[in-house]
Amino acid sequence: MANSNDTSGRAVEDFLAEAEEIVDRLSTDLGTLGDCADSGECDPDLLNAIFRGAHSLKGLAGMFGFADIQQLSHNLENLLDSLRLGKIPLTNATMNILFDAMELLGSVVRGLGTGENFSSAIADAIQRLNDCATAQEGGGESPLQKLGLPEKVLNSLTEYEEHRLLENVKKGRTIYSIHASFSLMSFDQDLGEISEVLKKSGEVVSTLPSASATPESMIDFEILYGTDLALDDVTGLIDRDNVEVTRIGAAAAVPPAAVTPGNAEAVPATPQAPIPVSAEVPAPAGQGDDMTAKSMSRTVRVDIGKLDDLMNIVGELVLSHSIISMLATRMRLEGFSSLAIELGKAAKGLDRKLTELQKGVMEIRMIPVGQLFEKMARIVRKVSREQGKKVDLKTFGADTELDKLIIEDIADPMVHIIRNAIDHGLETTEERVAAGKPERGTIRLSSYQKGNHVVIEVSDDGRGFNIDKVKKKALEKGLIKTLEGVSDREALDFIFLPGFSTADKVSELSGRGVGMDVVKNNIAAVSGMVDIESIFGQGSKIIITLPITLAIIKALLVSTAGRTYALPITSVLETIIVTENDIDTVERKEVYQLRQTTLPLVRLERFFGVPRTKPTQAEFYVVVVGVAEKRLGVIVDDLMGQQDIVIKSLGDMFKGYRGITGAADLGDQRTILVLDVGGIIGEAFRSGG
Amino acid sequence: MKKILIAEDSSTMRSLLVATIESLGGYLVSEAASGFEALRLLPREPVDLIITDINMPDINGLELVSFVRGSENYRHIPLFIISTEGSERDREKGLALGANEYLVKPFDPARLQELIIQYTA
Repeated sequence: MANSNDTSGRAVEDFLAEAEEIVDRLSTDLGTLGDCADSGECDPDLLNAIFRGAHSLKGLAGMFGFADIQQLSHNLENLLDSLRLGKIPLTNATMNILFDAMELLGSVVRGLGTGENFSSAIADAIQRLNDCATAQEGGGESPLQKLGLPEKVLNSLTEYEEHRLLENVKKGRTIYSIHASFSLMSFDQDLGEISEVLKKSGEVVSTLPSASATPESMIDFEILYGTDLALDDVTGLIDRDNVEVTRIGAAAAVPPAAVTPGNAEAVPATPQAPIPVSAEVPAPAGQGDDMTAKSMSRTVRVDIGKLDDLMNIVGELVLSHSIISMLATRMRLEGFSSLAIELGKAAKGLDRKLTELQKGVMEIRMIPVGQLFEKMARIVRKVSREQGKKVDLKTFGADTELDKLIIEDIADPMVHIIRNAIDHGLETTEERVAAGKPERGTIRLSSYQKGNHVVIEVSDDGRGFNIDKVKKKALEKGLIKTLEGVSDREALDFIFLPGFSTADKVSELSGRGVGMDVVKNNIAAVSGMVDIESIFGQGSKIIITLPITLAIIKALLVSTAGRTYALPITSVLETIIVTENDIDTVERKEVYQLRQTTLPLVRLERFFGVPRTKPTQAEFYVVVVGVAEKRLGVIVDDLMGQQDIVIKSLGDMFKGYRGITGAADLGDQRTILVLDVGGIIGEAFRSGG
Repeated sequence: MKKILIAEDSSTMRSLLVATIESLGGYLVSEAASGFEALRLLPREPVDLIITDINMPDINGLELVSFVRGSENYRHIPLFIISTEGSERDREKGLALGANEYLVKPFDPARLQELIIQYTA
């Protein structure tokens, strides 16, 4: 059945991308559904959209022969079907089962090809889904016939639409058939406008198009609408020439059991959500179904590998350009001045266009941090549910853009940080009340651009770190010999050391057996830095500083012991000419007195263990580098100037090497190493103790 | 060249359908990502076959069948529904409304190709 043999790898990639998209959207929608599950009255459209998502995923997975995903989404769909058809009620217990199943589905989709085996977890989840779905099955013949609907309309209702129609009848609403004719050019817009107005006071059950008795350029629609409004009011609502409203049959024969205050109940209001996500986060796709259809034709999904290739070509063009500029300079020196000027001008024009091209290609890779925040919103919901804590999530700067690869790589560390913040940062409700804090804890995600970096901050208003406890622990672990001279700032940094924990319980800092050191390493892997601020009793803030992109950067080329290295210019603060006399030694560490501060130093050749064949010159350079708040002086022999470089990965073989992020081609057949400033700083401070 | 209109909201499923159809040779496919898009594409040029999904965001596949069968211009066009197996009722309705074939996803590409050849001969 599955034609995995004749579907190319590309098709599978398409599947993965779409499956991931569906899972992401479903999780977001499920979160919204969970928020309104407490109140009992949920938007039927939302539930239906979730059902449709599970349904599509099942169909897709089936086509590609991914039996795991197919089965899981099939059972998920069954439960959702029972829910949307009103066969079973939406309870919190059901919600939890849905959440867990969705979580698992996400893991399975993302885990495809990794060989991870989910079969027992899937069997488990399916069991739970089924137990829930078979709880009650309603039956009975449909009383819809009694409504006296036109047969044509009745026949094209799906089972779900029949159910919605019945629900409306049960609520004592009147059913109207609204006949409308629109131009074929603009019907979707007209229809959208009408539906929007109608939805405010009732439910649009179905929209049946028909071509009968209309000229070629027109199209008719039969809208089925349930509402508490009277005929005149409905007509008044729409107020268009080409629209005709008819009241349908015997709906009124079922009088409302109790007269509920009309419209207030008619619209399923979105109730107070337990975790309001502020407006900065792009609205979940739930209500924008028309939009999905439209945007589909306007977006192109591109393999990021293709963008990498493009970026490489751009990088090589930049190199070719610098060769042309050099030639122009040489020509001028050798006396071809008029030609040299022409060539120089042409090279300048080329440079401008190249810069635009570079920027354009780079922008394609950029996605708003909001996409990451949306994922995190789900983590917040999930963890706070697990912990039974009341948590508000606030997000700021969701439209800040960042390289897609970086966003992907920091998702896991972010999850860990947020989990920690809720698990251990936020107090229990009772503790908060006792401390005079608001009952609900707040997690704040914010992002902003700072120069060539993007900063992402995760803060909580929880208990904060007990610095004294941190220091004591560091002493016990032998990380420091004395408490004297250790500032609170430095003490907080101990948290990022492997195996460090202030906890009395083992899991205090590492909810899932992963410590903050892993978080730090993951962030360093994308040339980022992580920092922490905390006030005891008031909360903590984790600050992640990331480069905007990894693809192409301006670099300062330096040489030491006969080798050339590239330092990303974004982390270079200044360069200083020094002699051996300027360098002091404090506690066997070399430092430089830079204005009011003591700058720790690292000799690059010693860092990499490169033997020095010639003695150092009398004068050499200190390159002051910094990421986030940390500063370090890197001692090198010479500065070779600035250049745009394209960083190429060295592959897994060199993964363990600290201080190197990749290699770059200089265009004159030379390949040099690009330094990982964050890594070097980390190493220097660690060995500094 | 025969012309086939497909209405399907999943882009991956659409590309699978297109691949299945195009490998036959002699067919041109126009793709609609929703029922509305299908309604708009229909009058543009003559179509030899329509293939539609049931669950779509704007109008459902049954409504599309009803529209096609109720329209003077299109009622002769063969029409297949391809839907994920689900409601037996939806299947019955689809066939009652005049869909010629009802296929279940995951569909067998060879079977679909056979049917396409049969209905567009």
